[in-house]
Amino acid sequence: MIYGLGILKGLGVTLKHFIYSYIEDVRYLFEGGRYQPRHLPARQGPRARGVFTVQYPKEKLPLPENFRYIPFLVYDTQENKIKCTSCGICAKVCPPQCIWIVRGTDPSTGRPKPEPEAFYIDATICMSCGFCAEFCPFDAIKMDHNYELSSYERYESLLFDLPRLLKPDTYHAQIHPSDWARELAEKEAEKAKKGEKAAAHTSA
Amino acid sequence: MDELRDLNTMPVPSELSNNVFVTTIDRFVSYIYNWGRKRSVWPMMFGLACCAIEMICAAASRFDIARFGSELMRPSPRQADLMIVSGTVTKKMVPQIVRLYNQMPEPKYVISMGACATGGGPFKEGYNVVSGIDKFIPVDVYVPGCPPRPEALLQGLLKLYEKIERQSVRAVPWYQRGESEAIPVPILGPDLIDPRRLPEIRARLAELRARQGSSSESSS
Amino acid sequence: MTAPTKAKAVPRAELKGDLAVLKEKFGDAVQPAEYEGVVIANDVLLEAARFIRDELGYRYLSSLTAVDYIQEGYFEVVYHAYRLEGGGPLVFKARTPRDVATVPSLVSVWPGADFQEREAWDLMGIRFAGHPNLKRILLWEGFHGHPLRKDWKEPYYEEEHKPFSSRWPSGHHIRAEDRVFWHDNVQYPLDWDPDQVEDTSDELLYIGMGQFARAETGELVEPKSLRTERLVVNMGPQHPSTHGVFRMVVTLDGETIVRLEPVMGYLHRNHEKIGERNMYLQNMPYTDRLDYICSMSNNLGYAIAVEKLLGIRPPERAEYLRVIMAEFTRIVNHLWAIGFLLNDLGAFFTPALYAIEERELILDLFEEAAGSRMMCNYMRFGGVAHDVSDDWIARAKELVYNRLPRAIEELDRYLTHNELIKARCQGVGVLPPDLAVAYSTAGPVLRASGIPYDVRRAEPYSIYDRFDFDVAVRYNGDVYDRYLIRIDEMWQSLRILRQALDQIPKGEIQAGKKQYMIRVPAGQAYGRVENPKGELGFYIVSDGSPNPYRYHIRAPSFINLTALNEMCKGHKVADVVVILGSIDIVLGEVDR
Ligand code: SF4
Ligand code: SF4
Ligand code: SF4
Repeated sequence: MIYGLGILKGLGVTLKHFIYSYIEDVRYLFEGGRYQPRHLPARQGPRARGVFTVQYPKEKLPLPENFRYIPFLVYDTQENKIKCTSCGICAKVCPPQCIWIVRGTDPSTGRPKPEPEAFYIDATICMSCGFCAEFCPFDAIKMDHNYELSSYERYESLLFDLPRLLKPDTYHAQIHPSDWARELAEKEAEKAKKGEKAAAHTSA
Repeated sequence: MDELRDLNTMPVPSELSNNVFVTTIDRFVSYIYNWGRKRSVWPMMFGLACCAIEMICAAASRFDIARFGSELMRPSPRQADLMIVSGTVTKKMVPQIVRLYNQMPEPKYVISMGACATGGGPFKEGYNVVSGIDKFIPVDVYVPGCPPRPEALLQGLLKLYEKIERQSVRAVPWYQRGESEAIPVPILGPDLIDPRRLPEIRARLAELRARQGSSSESSS
Repeated sequence: MTAPTKAKAVPRAELKGDLAVLKEKFGDAVQPAEYEGVVIANDVLLEAARFIRDELGYRYLSSLTAVDYIQEGYFEVVYHAYRLEGGGPLVFKARTPRDVATVPSLVSVWPGADFQEREAWDLMGIRFAGHPNLKRILLWEGFHGHPLRKDWKEPYYEEEHKPFSSRWPSGHHIRAEDRVFWHDNVQYPLDWDPDQVEDTSDELLYIGMGQFARAETGELVEPKSLRTERLVVNMGPQHPSTHGVFRMVVTLDGETIVRLEPVMGYLHRNHEKIGERNMYLQNMPYTDRLDYICSMSNNLGYAIAVEKLLGIRPPERAEYLRVIMAEFTRIVNHLWAIGFLLNDLGAFFTPALYAIEERELILDLFEEAAGSRMMCNYMRFGGVAHDVSDDWIARAKELVYNRLPRAIEELDRYLTHNELIKARCQGVGVLPPDLAVAYSTAGPVLRASGIPYDVRRAEPYSIYDRFDFDVAVRYNGDVYDRYLIRIDEMWQSLRILRQALDQIPKGEIQAGKKQYMIRVPAGQAYGRVENPKGELGFYIVSDGSPNPYRYHIRAPSFINLTALNEMCKGHKVADVVVILGSIDIVLGEVDR
């Protein structure tokens, strides 16, 4: 065997990669250029060849619905209220214990009321595990998709308090379409059940 | 052209504001100087934990940090402009990090990548974890997330660009007279010791001893 | 020594089979332990260990760890030994009162116990009599206390167990720094004099290395005419080739390595202490951060260990999903390992870039299924977190049938026959089979040395017994074989993936209701899986509360490093980098 054949073969592989990047370029030329947004899935999919780069920040990879970064609280725009009932489950389940909740009290009776008075999530501790969203029984906390959070300072901008955590449910519906559909279906089912019960009640 | 527009809104250091001519020159020089500098920020090849993997991914073909002129990861701190603290900073490691930071030539920048480097992260409660690298070295940009996506790191880098753009040649610390102070290297004793905090530690220890003494007296 | 009697009535292990043989041989010195295994009296421990290894054939010491039974007043050291032919473990234990805290060292029987005993000394404060080098391993010399003892509290100590009551219902945010006396994550002993601050932690190490070199003179074959001097050189912890914050101190004779000592702990994140404060489920995302390249298989190992205690099995579809994820993870890891091994060889980044490209495509699948590229947090007790769509399966099939075979084949063509790689790798870092077993190495390192030991076959877990695959094995035990075996294993993973993706049934993905606070019946369990880097084990002791009483991780990269000195002896400094790359360590797992 000739010494060096293995190296040459290997170099062939790099050459192939190099050439492919041009072939792909030419192919895309007839389809409006490589960086048309409509080509992104194909360029990043399992059949991708040639240059593999995403031109962040000009183009962004589509995020799957399950993607999780830092949580946010859902604001119910129809009923105009915070969905969270301050039940405390998310604070209990959070593995690094980075959720702080002050349960609201009704000023007239002094008894707890189902709305948080204060809600903090410390983004310098949060491990983006998604347990809070997974175990919240009221679908009140969800994982955000926004990862562009860098800042020059950490004590204020990375401690999320209630006003900064709240996002409208329309946003939630937009980034989590199937989760939202499930929520709506559940609501419908509950309504129907209630209606049934009421109907049964009146007929009885 | 974005840069030029920024130039007009750039804050003028107060001691210069009455000298319009100098200010204009300063702005012009700063603009050229910063324009050149920001597009070739060389990070140090330095990874600590899980976040380092995402940093490598940011340097690999998909996210390609080379598009921002930062692909040259320098193995030596002497050639690096940027330290990306990518991962959990432990007490055992922090002396080396401070040493490396001291060895970097100015101008130097620090990006704290991930929850751990920023504030301790999920391991904050651990006995060997430093609650944020900014307790020891100055940090320019914090990138939260666990781990931050490679894009998030790139966004942090862009944020750093913005900061570099705003620096004026006349005001930057590394062109001032005198030498810049090195940060004292932490020491590993019975626990991590920050030399800057020694007087405080002494006082607190004395306080604790006094407390202990009085409690044992009262109990005996 | 008589074991203190336990207050609670717990079931004793039945002495059957090999345990009965052991009992017969050693009589009263062997007593049945709680739940499983036997307690062996300290004075016969060494002899019994030899008997277990040589006569009973348990040649492979998988795990050694210690448990602090503070109420009963003793430490227990737990050993899990296995037969290379497969089958279950032989569990034996040694006990020592807390104030004595000494047990005989088993390094002379199983050299693989070396680092694990040092770890137990470091974190639990148990002395191992006869250990050749009993120094701290994860923390530094001079650290105050032994953190895993139940009466040791960390500076940010808040409560014994999570959830902390300060978070709800009146959870006013306060940073841990502002809450504690020292205003930082530190604590100093009262009798310590802050005016005598001097860092001596390294001195001991360097002195040790120097002495050893002197004592060793003459052992190495060297040309008599040349006068050479021994030199102690430090590599790391910030070194571009050490795959993270890993440090090695080498004693050199000229350019030849006489002795090498790995120094670690630069990423010691107190996983086990935090794990014992956490509830069971809360440990799941933490396991992601052990070997952060293979988070899916870490999840699997932990889930299996806890499920053993709970006595549940996930539904079919979840089992398949677990296997699919674990095998994808193996490919991810091996791609990464090969890419960076080549980096260490000096092939600057091109192979790594090609490998990372394929990895990204698999990560896309993970992200869609689990929500995160790296920190998947995907498994739950009795199931998995999310189901996958048909489209996902189709994409996975596309990868498994088309893309990945092509990529692996290309990598093979690109690298395997390259003469330079052969010259640098063949015959370098040889680990003979008997040493590989003695040092308790696992995974590709063990199999490249000619030992066909794979937990998926030796003690099948999940549904691995249904799939048709071969245990890859190579026989030279050098760096080149460790490279080849990774290629082989990727092919085998693809084989498993094809079967799993074709057979995956529809149905439930979670057995029972998903709960965040589970109560695990009291007991002890050692769950192990074949991780891409080797055997990953979780030793869990439950006392019936929502938090594990003891949570120990048998980390394959950590234990594989025990053999590093052996592999490097006699080679050049440049080879150390390559040998380390071929073991494929991840510091998150080494230091935990
Ligand atoms: S977010 Fe959900 S789990 Fe958390 S307190 Fe509100 S309702 Fe309860
Ligand atoms: S994502 Fe995880 S760590 Fe972050 S707030 Fe939610 S439960 Fe806590
Ligand atoms: S922030 Fe998260 S991903 Fe980054 S080092 Fe810390 S634990 Fe790892």
